[in-house]
Amino acid sequence: MTIASANQTVLRRLTGAEPILIDCGPARTVMGLTGRTVLHAGPPLGWEKACETMKAAILCAIRYEGWAADDAEALDLLVKGAVEIAPCHAAGAAGPMTGMVTPSMPVFLVEERQSGGRAFATVNEGLGKVLRFGANDPSVIERLRWIEGEAGPLLGAAIRASGGIDLRALMAQALRMGDDMHQRNIAASSLLARLLMPHLSRAGKDQDALVRVAEFMAGNDQFFLNVAMAAGKASTDPCLDVAGSTVVATMARNGTDFGIRVAGLGDRWFTAPVNTPQGLYFPGFGPEDANPDIGDSAIIETIGLGGFAMAASPAVAAFVGAGGFRQAVAVTEEMAEICVGEHPRFRIPALDDRGTPVGIDVRKVVETGITPLINTGMAGRRPGTGQIGAGVVRAPLACFEQALEALAAAR
Amino acid sequence: MIGDLFARELRVINCGLEGFAQKLTLLGVTVIHVEWSPPAGGDPRKAALLAALEDEEA
Repeated sequence: MTIASANQTVLRRLTGAEPILIDCGPARTVMGLTGRTVLHAGPPLGWEKACETMKAAILCAIRYEGWAADDAEALDLLVKGAVEIAPCHAAGAAGPMTGMVTPSMPVFLVEERQSGGRAFATVNEGLGKVLRFGANDPSVIERLRWIEGEAGPLLGAAIRASGGIDLRALMAQALRMGDDMHQRNIAASSLLARLLMPHLSRAGKDQDALVRVAEFMAGNDQFFLNVAMAAGKASTDPCLDVAGSTVVATMARNGTDFGIRVAGLGDRWFTAPVNTPQGLYFPGFGPEDANPDIGDSAIIETIGLGGFAMAASPAVAAFVGAGGFRQAVAVTEEMAEICVGEHPRFRIPALDDRGTPVGIDVRKVVETGITPLINTGMAGRRPGTGQIGAGVVRAPLACFEQALEALAAAR
Repeated sequence: MIGDLFARELRVINCGLEGFAQKLTLLGVTVIHVEWSPPAGGDPRKAALLAALEDEEA
């Protein structure tokens, strides 16, 4: 198989994927996450190399599970090897920011109908002081326990009753409504809420619980982000066994390293130190407060959304400090230079209905020096701060240069 | 030959450094600028790797 034909195979799988949201339930049962395991975002990470935000989240996740009463005890468990940490990607999941997944957390289950593969993501906690941004006070754990005990089971019942939700169609529609599916998910969240509300209403026997879940969903513009990430994960994993392909199948960050996996090179990670996002800060915060780039959410750019769909979402360009409509179009056009095709379903009305650029080619990145641009939230670098803003960040070129060497060696 | 060239209206295609195009534009010369840079920033090792991974002819 030639490189060109291998890349076309990957492009067909990426764009032909049919991710369906079919359930929400505890990670322990839905994804088989057993034992004392904490999943984190990005490529594999040793505790010693983790940034302070990641460390704070991991210790808090251990306390949430009740394995330790305080951070010192949690740290002791890690040092003794009584708690394991592993990448979300190795367990079929994708986690935003710190990416915490533990066995008791409810996860969305997305099935990709072409391959039969499955992918998982937690329920988005909302904005501000939340675990995914490294916040770790009692309010964080209280919200997580409410999601576990009330929101997760109700969402699971509603999703099962719906018979499954076609996420590709939903995302294509949300894109036409101005979402990039990374930093703007208000349309997608609203569309999902519209589809789920009748089923939630029937599933909810407790009126007060129903009101709390409805308010939780209605109050979180980014509710859909995690669902989109599971859809992205389910769409990209089937690409990881296409020999000869130079197309990127995974991009993820752990706050220390940025990692990519390439369709033709299987499970192997190529990593380089992450950059720090640039953008707009919430009042009281500035660049000195920002944590380096973190999260599995770059899976959104890997499937041709996020920064790659900036032209569909000029509101995002302004929100992340990337300029106005012209700059948004320029970003999408620049990303097209490093991609092998356009998405037949994800179309941008403002670009005469052209598809978003998709299928990042390692060769094109190294040849042009243009690196993928990612829309992202910004976490505070001091543990416990939470989110401090939103911005854009570039993938480091070194990942792609290493992958190029490996591709040439494998030929 | 050069004399003939400058005896006629100059129409220029400029590849690479945009500064040349800008100067000519200021002098009233018609210029089309083509954005171009050597593959991989001119790094010979990376250029060789890229060449080894070129798509085969159909």
